[in-house]
Amino acid sequence: MSLVELEGLSAGYRGSPVLSDISATIGAGGWLGVIGPNGSGKSTLLKAVLGLVHHGGTVTVDGRHVSGLRQRERAKLLGYAPQLPQLPVGITVTDYVLLGRTPYTGLLGRESTGDLDIVVEVLERLDLLDLAERALSELSGGERQRAVLARALAQRTGVLLLDEPTTGLDVGHAQALLDLVDELRHERGTTVVTTLHDLTMAGQYAERLLLLDHGRVSAEGTPGEVLTTDVLGRHYSARVSVLPLPDGSPSVTPVREAVRRPLEG
Amino acid sequence: MRDSRTLPAHTLGASASSSRRHRRPRGSTLRPSHLLIGIAALAVLTLVSVLTGAAELGWQRVLAELGAQLTGGVSPLSEREAAILWQLRVPRVVLAVLVGAALAVSGAAFQGVFRNPLADPYLLGAASGAGLSVTIVVTAIPQVTLGSTGLAQVAAFLGALGGVGLTWLIGRSAGPDTATLVLAGVAVSAFLTAAQTFVQQLRVESLQRIYMWLLGRLSTSGWYEVLTVLPGLFLATVVLCACGRLLDLLGTGDEEAAALGIRPGRVRALILVAASLATASAVSVAGLIGFVGLVVPHLVRLALGGSYRVIVPVSLLFGGAFLVGADMLARTVMAPAELPIGVITAFTGAPFFALLLHTSRRR
Repeated sequence: MSLVELEGLSAGYRGSPVLSDISATIGAGGWLGVIGPNGSGKSTLLKAVLGLVHHGGTVTVDGRHVSGLRQRERAKLLGYAPQLPQLPVGITVTDYVLLGRTPYTGLLGRESTGDLDIVVEVLERLDLLDLAERALSELSGGERQRAVLARALAQRTGVLLLDEPTTGLDVGHAQALLDLVDELRHERGTTVVTTLHDLTMAGQYAERLLLLDHGRVSAEGTPGEVLTTDVLGRHYSARVSVLPLPDGSPSVTPVREAVRRPLEG
Repeated sequence: MRDSRTLPAHTLGASASSSRRHRRPRGSTLRPSHLLIGIAALAVLTLVSVLTGAAELGWQRVLAELGAQLTGGVSPLSEREAAILWQLRVPRVVLAVLVGAALAVSGAAFQGVFRNPLADPYLLGAASGAGLSVTIVVTAIPQVTLGSTGLAQVAAFLGALGGVGLTWLIGRSAGPDTATLVLAGVAVSAFLTAAQTFVQQLRVESLQRIYMWLLGRLSTSGWYEVLTVLPGLFLATVVLCACGRLLDLLGTGDEEAAALGIRPGRVRALILVAASLATASAVSVAGLIGFVGLVVPHLVRLALGGSYRVIVPVSLLFGGAFLVGADMLARTVMAPAELPIGVITAFTGAPFFALLLHTSRRR
């Protein structure tokens, strides 16, 4: 289990600030959902936590400052699946998932039998064993998303950072993927941070939500506290209806403005 | 109504037990069979090439000579035949192996670094840099002959590295991504080629010699060429063969590679330096031999998959074999005249490559 703390985190690209003064605490084994309109800095937040973009402030995992760690040590703490992963041309699912063992292998060396055991276990868990020898390019969108998640899981990190993990998935596969992440979280105590566009799903899976707008924290709390008609209307410029589901989590439904059509005849 | 999806959403992770009957995946590694096939192809072509030439040596006598050299026995060859074998044919075949291997391995490395199967060893200006340097030397010093002095080789080597260095400087100043580096390579190549053409026109009498060099040539004066390029080629190929896994990692993009624990910028620089060293070494003794660095890694990829752990070392063997075969054809097709080897590599490689691409796409 890993406790993640962000303190005064700011980040940007080539001098253009994207994030300012982000502070949050994600409890060990917790799930933080990062939501916000397009361009609000959700993906940049994950990259700043990983140290992939220039940033200020501090990120600690179990009290260890991430910026002070060597790249390989960082990769043993933080697993990452990007929103639009670049998939190496022609390599098999197994080869791709094996890349997740990089932090544990010598720089030029080979993976051990133990590494392969972990990869086989992950492939089995994500129902990818049947596809293990297939080229990544031959997989469907849902299968590719699972392969990317498998690669991140093979890192065996205490923290999992998933950037829009359900992008391109139909509702069934999106649910299955998030269910699986939740199962693994409960089994292994993995701390999960995801960015999500689907607000209803974000409210159902994440324990707490962080709403970003223009690179700043606009709201933070339980899904019930953040997903309100007022907050969403203000920050998304959207007309939504928020109703409670049977389990108490909020369901966010877009509401179309009444259309005025000229009467015929 | 039954759900027609092969994998219903709620069953993710539930079919683990049924999956256990499948063969345990192993991942792509260099298997002994890959090496054996490559070594066998190289050995057969090398032997046939050594036996091929105007002087008939006979394969039994050549094998007996090899045995005699290994055991210290009596040579079955005359002094003249032994000289033909050990001072002419064997060094030339060894040089073909080294140059072919270097071009194929560096081609594979360039394709991996730039995530582009169309990349070749001359992408970053090595060819145009070497071409300009050699042209300057040949036109400025008319006594320089391309086959008998180290000066043209040194010029080609430094020119190739200079071309890549210039591309690197311009590319890095414009941006950190690989696309910028490729564009810088295009600009540098165009400029250096224009400069080479200009210098060439100043001394029209040297046109033929420069032209022959540009088409690629393998000629040896004993073991001199082999020994001069061996250290650089050896160092570069060892580094590149060890970098197969890193090339696979670069294929995930810089952000993911960094998140997996490597520094992609440093890794890319290391691989490009090694690949450029191999290319410059090859260019310095053989001129510009096209197609090997593009075709061989691509054929290996089509046959054995996309992992550079396999592509790089297997390309090493088949690159050497390919160029030995091409050199044999260059020496025999119009014997006693010799064709430029670059013509042979393009003539044989291009149609075969097109056919293979066509059939693989149809599959």
